[in-house]
Amino acid sequence: MKGANFYGAGFPYRDIQQLPGKLIVLEGTDGVGRSTQIKLLRRWLEDEGYAVSDTGLTRSTLTASGLEAAKSGHTLGPLTYSLFYLADFADRLENLIIPALQAGFIVLSDRYFYSVMARDAIRGVDKSWSRQLYGIALRPDLILYMKADVPVLAQRLIHGRGLNYWEAGMDLHLADNVYDSFLNYQTLLTKQFDELAQAYNFITVDANQNPDAIFEDLKAHILELLHNRLTKTKKPK
Amino acid sequence: MLKPNTTKGKLIVVEGIDGSGKSTQIDLLFKWLQSQGYSVFFSEWNSSPLVKSTTKAAKKEKSFTPTTFSILHCTDFADRWENSIYPLLKAGAIVLADRYVFTAFARDVARGVDPEWVRNMYSFAIKPDAVLYFRVPLEVAVERITAARASLKYYEAGMDLNLSENINESFKLFQGKILEQYDQMVDEFGLTLIDGTQPVKDQQKKVRALIKKILRGWEGLPNPNKPAGSARPAAETGGKS
Repeated sequence: MKGANFYGAGFPYRDIQQLPGKLIVLEGTDGVGRSTQIKLLRRWLEDEGYAVSDTGLTRSTLTASGLEAAKSGHTLGPLTYSLFYLADFADRLENLIIPALQAGFIVLSDRYFYSVMARDAIRGVDKSWSRQLYGIALRPDLILYMKADVPVLAQRLIHGRGLNYWEAGMDLHLADNVYDSFLNYQTLLTKQFDELAQAYNFITVDANQNPDAIFEDLKAHILELLHNRLTKTKKPK
Repeated sequence: MLKPNTTKGKLIVVEGIDGSGKSTQIDLLFKWLQSQGYSVFFSEWNSSPLVKSTTKAAKKEKSFTPTTFSILHCTDFADRWENSIYPLLKAGAIVLADRYVFTAFARDVARGVDPEWVRNMYSFAIKPDAVLYFRVPLEVAVERITAARASLKYYEAGMDLNLSENINESFKLFQGKILEQYDQMVDEFGLTLIDGTQPVKDQQKKVRALIKKILRGWEGLPNPNKPAGSARPAAETGGKS
């Protein structure tokens, strides 16, 4: 088999040959600074002459409005929630990530499915069930796990966009206020992430540092990947 | 694979290709069980209020791939499962389902999705107490559907698979593939075959006999709205009332 490299079943009805592009994933919990870094990385890579595409959770147009409506109600159960995210993931993978990789792009993914797994596991969703479902996923070329201490995350969010209901895991009734709930919830998430880091070979980057220092670390790992294996794809004028 | 039913309720499902007559039969069964004084509820494939609008839009835009088609139908099922089917079974009701996981196993695999993958996706569901599989030859089903409908829909005809440019031809080929999958599941899941070419009344007689056997000696959730003159005494009224 010299086709594309999936974790499991993939898409058996499609013939997907080896993909010339590179799939780079940034993972990490809420408030760790992923989107800031994606912006910086994208600019840097494009300056270097690479064609870049980026994607992130819930950006599929197939599911975006339905998922948002479902999340704003109070009847969304954990399995339904999980499957909605799977649909979002599958749609972006088939219709965006794979075509971009076929065209030789570098795809920067703001989270992949690991975040969803971590979140679902805390809500009692069976882990082996999730693992098999995400057998449709491509193995990324690089998974950079931005890891920060929970108090650092809280501090950044409070001074940034604030603490929100889902990021604080308020649906789990872990505490009587959003701050304590955030601390409890993110601690649980970090535990799940540490487990996933082992299972899926994440490269851990210290995200307690300032954004510039994090950027330098991320760049170093990406350069190593690109210099080892990628032939440059110039962006068409 | 599917979980054993450890709830107090009873789960009865009908399966079969389009035009097999299963909806007619489950409707008659539902009314009969009601008239017998049972607490009986009905759940239909692809009817979750939370997911329906997403599925509808994607069908209209023709933006499904076999995988996203499969996942969103399971999302719909999961919502009905979490909010309706499972709690009702826990309460001790009879739940009748017009199509269940086997519909997904047949259709999605016919579309080329991995059989093990889709079986895992639905593995949170309970194995029904009865799966009535209404089997009709392909020609009969196609004849019934084309006679009853002005036009076929894109996905129900499997037009996304490029089997044929002619929608009637595509429908026939696609239903044939689905039929094949159903037939393979008879042994895998112990489906009960009902000959869907028999007169409606005869089929219903068989269906009721089968369900009677399943409900013999069983006491589910009492129904406070039991119809007058109901044949079956409500469970909570032990003697005189």
